[in-house]
Amino acid sequence: MLSIEVKNLVKHYKKADKNAVDDISFNVEQGEFFAFLGPNGAGKTTSISILTTTLSKTSGDVKILGLEIEKNSSEIRRQIGIIFQKPSIDLNLTAEENIRFHAILYGLFPFAPSFSMMDPKYQSRVKELAEVVGLQDELFKQVKSFSGGMKRKLEIIRSLTHTPKLLFLDEPTVGLDPESRRNLWQYLQDVRQKQGITVFLTTHYLEEVEDADHVCIISNGKIVANGTPTEIKQNIAKEYVLMETNDFQSLENELQNANHKYEKEDKEFRVYTNSDLETQKLIASLHTPLTRLDIHKASLEDAYINIIHDSLDI
Amino acid sequence: MKSVYSTLTIAYRDILKFFRDPGRIVATFIFPAIFIVILGKGLQTGVGQHLSFDLLTFTFTGVLAQTMFQSAASGVVSLIEDRENDFSQEIFVSPISRYVIIFGKILGESTLALFQAIGIVIIGLLIGAEMSVSQLVSVIPVLGLACLFGAAFGVLVLSNLSSQRAANQIFPFILFPQFFLAGIFSPINNLPWYLDILSKIAPLTYIVDLIRNVYYSASNQLSYVTVYPLWLDLTVVTGMFLVFIVIGTWLFVRNEKNK
Repeated sequence: MLSIEVKNLVKHYKKADKNAVDDISFNVEQGEFFAFLGPNGAGKTTSISILTTTLSKTSGDVKILGLEIEKNSSEIRRQIGIIFQKPSIDLNLTAEENIRFHAILYGLFPFAPSFSMMDPKYQSRVKELAEVVGLQDELFKQVKSFSGGMKRKLEIIRSLTHTPKLLFLDEPTVGLDPESRRNLWQYLQDVRQKQGITVFLTTHYLEEVEDADHVCIISNGKIVANGTPTEIKQNIAKEYVLMETNDFQSLENELQNANHKYEKEDKEFRVYTNSDLETQKLIASLHTPLTRLDIHKASLEDAYINIIHDSLDI
Repeated sequence: MKSVYSTLTIAYRDILKFFRDPGRIVATFIFPAIFIVILGKGLQTGVGQHLSFDLLTFTFTGVLAQTMFQSAASGVVSLIEDRENDFSQEIFVSPISRYVIIFGKILGESTLALFQAIGIVIIGLLIGAEMSVSQLVSVIPVLGLACLFGAAFGVLVLSNLSSQRAANQIFPFILFPQFFLAGIFSPINNLPWYLDILSKIAPLTYIVDLIRNVYYSASNQLSYVTVYPLWLDLTVVTGMFLVFIVIGTWLFVRNEKNK
């Protein structure tokens, strides 16, 4: 089954002169780690708001977990979890209170004014979740005293209390230090594998999408690339070998005779190859003495920057 | 039943947050204290001697109604500021209906306003406003009504504002003039015609007049401190309440997703 199905989605804000989301289509398989990558203002948050039923679309078809968004918003909301860009916890309340209010709003347990008066099932569930992320000693402390990483962990375990099938994360690691970021990812990957949750992530950090099953790059409201991280790298980023020599003519003859695709700039030759093997063959076949040899491997970052540049016509 | 639990949760969260924030508790008593002590007491000792009623008590009752109204109204308007912050984001994406959000907020903010009433009565007692136990008891339902009325007014304002900046600029502008038009500090029996019209439009006028009708019901000062009969105040307040809450909630729910 598809977790998310988006067909020709358009969002035009009132008073805006162009579409914030401009005719995008994509599918997310169940259990997939799907990443939405793009610069600020590309339309990521707008898309996520529509998918989570908090913003109405202008046109197009969107199905979440097989349900049409316009008609089934509360059923969809019950089955999804959301981590926002900005922290969404009350600092003056304790960690447990933040989780408790969430659990009651999602209809899991009846209201009670204190932890000890809550359903015993709730009590054990909260303790269990807190232990997974190491917050058990902080559970009854006000969130004010928490570090950025702890706050994010709290939000994540809170979003898992109603066992969502699909988890949306809107730039969840913005403002976290590298160590907290790594911890958070490890934990998320863990949860995803154990519980088979579909994860929809928006981010502008490239390293976070290297492990994704599927990446969509969005720019100016349009999807400009779509595929696995490897596919995107292969299709768009070019691998090339950079060479310099004192004997231009000889090198150029060699490259021409072997039918290599290359560009010449001043003293530099940039020879394009499609695979490591081809690169090896190229180097093995050359006889002209070189003064410089650099092999340039495609990274997702190159691919990303190329794509964004092309789409913006910079 | 789930909606009742959710409404309670939203209200309870507001109350907990308030009592965990000492700065906010102090701040909510400063304005009423300034009004009653400086304006009420100051005017009474200055110009009040020549009036046929006590200006301090007059101000005290006015401030009591005004604080309930304003506190509940601004509490509800804070939903705007909240929606992109803290736990409120969670509330707006949870599977509960928008009506539950509105009613939970009204319940919470009204309860908080009633807590403030206790503080204001203590201030009044300390400064020497005329009050008896039966007067205080009889005024309790009116205070509850003032809170709900203010909250409904807040919902209407909220549903017409799009951003926190708009709320900060517009809300004081539609609230502060009402302090004077409603006659909280000074009687409004002899206003020039243009102010009289504005006074008759201001919702606060009727709830302030209502509280005085009840508070002074057994007093010979009644005719000096009230403008309209009790039945008229009650009718207007009820009517305005229904209009505010119905239109406000309808607009709020409708605007919620259409940006």
